[in-house]
Amino acid sequence: MIRSNLKPAVISAVVVAILTGLLLGVRLDQQGTTLGLVGAGPDVYWKIAAAATFLFFFNLFRDQLGALWKGLPGLPKAPAKLTSLGDKPALRRLFWCFMIAAAILWPFLSNRGGTDLGTLVLIYVMLGLGLNIVVGLAGLLDLGYVGFYAVGAYGYALMAMYFDVGFWTGLIIAGCLAALFGFLLGFPVLRLRGDYLAIVTLGFGEIIRILLNNMTWLTNGPNGIGGIPKPTLFGLEFSRRASEGMQTFHEFVGISYNSEHRVIFLYLLALLLVLITLFVINRLLRMPIGRAWEALREDEIACRALGINPTAVKLGAFTIGASFAGFAGCFFAARQGFISPESFTFIESAIILAIVVLGGMGSQIGVILAAIIMTILPEMAREFDEYRMLLFGLMMVLMMIWRPQGLLPMSRPHMELRT
Amino acid sequence: MAMPESLYYLIQQLLNGLTVGSTYALIAIGYTMVYGIIGMINFAHGEVYMIGSYIAFIVIAALAMFGIESVPVMIVAAFAISMMVTSAYGYSIERVAYRPLRGGNRLIPLISAIGMSIFLQNLVRIAQGSRDIAMPTMISGGIDIGPQDGFHATLSYMQMIIFAVTLITMTLLTLFISRSRMGRACRACAEDLKMTNLLGINTNAVIALTFVIGAALAAVAGVLLGMYYGVINPYIGFMAGLKAFTAAVLGGIGSIPGAVLGGLLLGVTEAITAGYFSTEYKDVVAFGLLILILLFRPSGILGRPEVEKV
Repeated sequence: MIRSNLKPAVISAVVVAILTGLLLGVRLDQQGTTLGLVGAGPDVYWKIAAAATFLFFFNLFRDQLGALWKGLPGLPKAPAKLTSLGDKPALRRLFWCFMIAAAILWPFLSNRGGTDLGTLVLIYVMLGLGLNIVVGLAGLLDLGYVGFYAVGAYGYALMAMYFDVGFWTGLIIAGCLAALFGFLLGFPVLRLRGDYLAIVTLGFGEIIRILLNNMTWLTNGPNGIGGIPKPTLFGLEFSRRASEGMQTFHEFVGISYNSEHRVIFLYLLALLLVLITLFVINRLLRMPIGRAWEALREDEIACRALGINPTAVKLGAFTIGASFAGFAGCFFAARQGFISPESFTFIESAIILAIVVLGGMGSQIGVILAAIIMTILPEMAREFDEYRMLLFGLMMVLMMIWRPQGLLPMSRPHMELRT
Repeated sequence: MAMPESLYYLIQQLLNGLTVGSTYALIAIGYTMVYGIIGMINFAHGEVYMIGSYIAFIVIAALAMFGIESVPVMIVAAFAISMMVTSAYGYSIERVAYRPLRGGNRLIPLISAIGMSIFLQNLVRIAQGSRDIAMPTMISGGIDIGPQDGFHATLSYMQMIIFAVTLITMTLLTLFISRSRMGRACRACAEDLKMTNLLGINTNAVIALTFVIGAALAAVAGVLLGMYYGVINPYIGFMAGLKAFTAAVLGGIGSIPGAVLGGLLLGVTEAITAGYFSTEYKDVVAFGLLILILLFRPSGILGRPEVEKV
């Protein structure tokens, strides 16, 4: 048995050596105009040798390992508890109430850094929920979601710069603008098959970024836009001194100024936006259009036979998803006070997609969980910063192999025939 | 006379466009062959091209360090080793990231491919640094077209090498696909994978082979473009991959002549945009072209319209 595995074992070890030997073993070194090489150091050689040896023995004993693996107990079924939770509406409501209460209390229990991180998580939750409509529910792979995020952010920033628009008006305009872009892009491309759509949306995201970078007369190019006005609470500002004709929050309430108020306010605002998003999506899901999204994802031909217009339904998903990205973008711009095209690269789209996929496509609680994991893990693993994207890519591949349905897959009411 | 000057300018732009376009075509073949057989977009293909470029630079630098200065030896060695390494990458990517996922939802392999692309890009970034790496020009000079004293177009020797290598590679590929036994198996797999498997052909081997061929062609493009531009960094694969995919769709995905046609067309369009309007917007024009093509002729120029089966 081992002898029959010897050949693949040797081949895999040799392949590892070919893959890594030149690319990782030596390093291009530029000295002026001459190009030289330096060795990567013994630790890299040891790692390569270790990887090759590991694969060699792994392939040599793969049959025995396979038998061992089968003997191990299976992975615990994570969704089981939550599925039963979903069956009982009262328990489910209690669970959500508890979650929301915990989220509201968070900034008061944590410090400034924690609140800031929480706001970042909430932005990603909002983006994840928005993309979840497109990818998870309607089954359309959108790789240019960050384009709509950019449209929202720049929409508000430019409006504020040229027309002195406030945050709340800007929020609505940014959402509508992103929805319009989604509609205009979706109109031609949604007739296409899934993977074409993926690439076209990817191209769209890139076009938006390139345009923002090069239309210097409008967007200030790579330098970005600064001084974007912060959100206000019914006209009350969160700054030390009020600007012309305005009042500050601390003067109105009659407490002393504390810069943490603004951080907490931004957090609560983000939470409010997330809750609105969740509410709207949950309502939509129970409407005919929401049902049509899921039906379309499962079987397009059957949907057509039932008289659903696939293009219109997809366009609805695309436009609504885009508008949430627009809201998130507007909030992002207001929170940062500064935006540049750097914030809207493809990798951002990939992170949002990873949140949706990791969480379990279509599952909202999964998306929230994944957004928390994806935002907090990199913050905690600062010393692995260099390897962050490497591990991120690896995780995406492994996740697809081992658990393509995500951490907490969406549970649907279904019936099975038992014989 | 003002007329010939603008004519030579146009010729120059066309030459530049065809040069870049033929390398797009080489990369696009990798997309189109894989798509033709297993119907997935190998998103990591652009990174294979980038790795090809890096290996070529490493080989050339290594030969220079050993004191071998002969340009033909350097180029041949760069091609050979770079193609070998990227073939191993193509094979391993398929084996690790795509084969376990075959036959499921279409989106799952695509997401895995995006993960692979990010992984490879960052692997090279960590191993080789994220800075631009430049190589001294190895082949300079060219043939002037037009008056020597006035404005004229130049066909550089490097461009001629790119045309020649692309032509040779394409001819070899066409012969392989149309004449050899394995090539016939490839065509059969593109027609109907399941049936081919039933007829006793090792479809896994055929699929692995298409990945290897695609990766080797990407390496050819990587070596050529690396020497043509003279500068590489770990991020070149993303844009090149996107452009090549556009070329494949433009010509009709699944069709090899289509990929070549699409590549050349895209290259020329870009060069004309860069030459007459602005360099910054050439990428915008490329993607705009993709959206337009998909809008009016989703099956591409030479592609067959796809019928969805229940």
